[in-house]
Amino acid sequence: MLYLDHAATTPMRPRVWEAMAPFASETFGNSSGIHEVSRRAKNALEEARETAADLIGAGPKEIVFTSGGTEADNLAVKGTALSGAGPSGIVVSSVEHEAVLESARFCARLGHLVAVAQVDDQGRVDPASVAELIEDSTVLVSVMAANNETGVIEPVREVVHAVRERMSSVTVHTDAVQAFISEDLDVSDLGVDLLSLAAHKFGGPKGIGLLFVREGTRLEPVAHGGGHELGRRSGTHNVMGAVGMAAAMTEAVKDRDRFRSDVGEARRRFESALTRVLPDLRINAPLDNRLVQHSHVRIPGVRNETVLIRLDRNGVAASSASACQSGANTVSHVLRAMGFSDEEARQCLRFTFGWTTRPDEGEEAARIVLDCLEGLL
Amino acid sequence: MRVLAAMSGGVDSSVAAALMAAEGHEVIGVTLKLWEGPGGEAPTAGCCTVSDAEDARRVADQLGIPYYVLDYTDEFRAGVVDRFIADYAAGRTPNPCVECNRVVKFDLLLDQALQLGCDLIVTGHYARVRHANDEYQLLRGVDRAKDQSYVLYMLGQQELARVRFPLGNMSKSRTRDVAAKLGLRTAAKADSQEVCFVGDGDYRTFLRLHAPGGVAPGPILDLDGRVVGRHDGFTDFTVGQRRGLGIAFGEPRYVVEVRPATQAVVVGGAADLLVSGCTVRSPSWVSSPPEAGDRLEVRLRYRSEPVAATVHPIPVLVGAGGSAPALDSAWLVWFDEPRAAVAPGQAAVFYEGDRVIGGGTIVESLR
Repeated sequence: MLYLDHAATTPMRPRVWEAMAPFASETFGNSSGIHEVSRRAKNALEEARETAADLIGAGPKEIVFTSGGTEADNLAVKGTALSGAGPSGIVVSSVEHEAVLESARFCARLGHLVAVAQVDDQGRVDPASVAELIEDSTVLVSVMAANNETGVIEPVREVVHAVRERMSSVTVHTDAVQAFISEDLDVSDLGVDLLSLAAHKFGGPKGIGLLFVREGTRLEPVAHGGGHELGRRSGTHNVMGAVGMAAAMTEAVKDRDRFRSDVGEARRRFESALTRVLPDLRINAPLDNRLVQHSHVRIPGVRNETVLIRLDRNGVAASSASACQSGANTVSHVLRAMGFSDEEARQCLRFTFGWTTRPDEGEEAARIVLDCLEGLL
Repeated sequence: MRVLAAMSGGVDSSVAAALMAAEGHEVIGVTLKLWEGPGGEAPTAGCCTVSDAEDARRVADQLGIPYYVLDYTDEFRAGVVDRFIADYAAGRTPNPCVECNRVVKFDLLLDQALQLGCDLIVTGHYARVRHANDEYQLLRGVDRAKDQSYVLYMLGQQELARVRFPLGNMSKSRTRDVAAKLGLRTAAKADSQEVCFVGDGDYRTFLRLHAPGGVAPGPILDLDGRVVGRHDGFTDFTVGQRRGLGIAFGEPRYVVEVRPATQAVVVGGAADLLVSGCTVRSPSWVSSPPEAGDRLEVRLRYRSEPVAATVHPIPVLVGAGGSAPALDSAWLVWFDEPRAAVAPGQAAVFYEGDRVIGGGTIVESLR
């Protein structure tokens, strides 16, 4: 099988499971206890926290482990909105992940004001127009580091700058779930106050993620309880997950240069083989400003559903990046925000390469895609 | 052969897919996503619920076949639901299953099947296809109580060459037995209701929620034009209906006619429901059209007994405003004996014994 849906999830890296395994057996303790078994778990948890913090330029107290990217986004948006007294304002981009958009919508139902920053036809936000949406009540701006569907990289640093110019008290969140595997991310360099990560996107286990919370940032917990994570996220620690996440982050950072080079080459070969035969094919992201692993394309006249099923029948796993709970393809809000008609959106396919991809798989993938298009063009 | 099995998540289509797999065909299972809530969420009742897709997916897994959900929500809304709403607004009583079969299952899905390299599509309908004398015939299902040939009348030679109804020779109880024997999780699942997208409520509630401009209240008239009551919306009524009139008479009253132009519902006695014929528009024939004066049986509702009739073609020009008129055809259907409750919008389906000859949409009744 040729797995080209690494943005959905990617296999665990070998070293990761090795690091996690003891916590599924002998080191099973609850990290909150006072005895030996607990202590060992607690130490492993805190070591994982330090490692994770270090790899994004944060301090260990600034790391809140969550159940994944969605929970991190929920905590960022709701936690900030609810941290003040009374209704506050939230600004999000129109291409954010559903975890951010739906959290914002929830806040709107509670009476908070939500403003949505539009994107251009390449899916990019304009930092100045984001800043223009800020009002006196605004407490949060959320703009993702890179889009999970198209791979377009958003100007987060510039957004932070523009927002601060307008009003320095605003908390800025970035969802970096999709970006971490290939982009160098340093919280002081980006200047953000909140940053979400999910381990399974870069070779860690599912069910664990984190929210970076800059010291001094006001945040109301979403999960109340025993006061874990300095009161910011209660619940018995997923020690095994945290250890796995830290190991995966370590591996991913160590592997980034090689990743960019191999994956970049695979994608180059993939796209050039396709465009040679399909002059009408469109790449739905700025060529010089997208994640190296994403190839989000539109093939005019061809319905993606048909191609995806044909690909699956031929051993290629790809996606349209937007599926509902039942598994049906739906029209993506990201593509709509970029000005695609529903028909155009239904012609889009997302191929995402990963850490297991070899450069020659780019050509192989293109060959199979072209085979699967036979009779459809 | 490679076949595409439409799997709704019910017991019938589960068994249909299972039987094809057991015959050694390469089966691809699909569920059609046809309807969703206003926010794009899956409905919780009716068809296309997440649990239906889940049932279908699990059955497919058990059968060892690949499975996909295909999204036809746009096409279903435009071709079936909008038309359903428009028909009621025009005083007709639509049959959305017929339109779904015509527009989605045996057109778009059939195309999709071919594009996926499949030779056939398979559904769990209770009807039979027979190849005889160089042509395909569409026959009633062996289980008379379950027979669904009525909603399949639009299938012509091209379609019939590419469909398979494995349950056509089976009784419903046999289907459930097979499902139970195979251990399919859908074996004891309740049958779905007729209008899938209406969900929990009845269609009257659905129209109040979805019809543009809502529904129009108006007078209830007797056959002499006297106002004998008021109603909340004429779309609540269909020809032959007795319930919900909210008026007390000595003898039972039935809806005889719905007049959308004046938003009036006309009521009469049982005898006033009787009509001696109807006109049928946009016919479709399984093989060749009948000859003028042919004697056929016609079924005027899904679950009604057919009536013997004589049919006559009348050509009509359709096309409004500046658009070029197209030649449609209409048929006059004269019943041997008067029939009650012939509702415009329903399908009139012609039979010769067990064979479906074709059908069309009832335009008006002839007294």
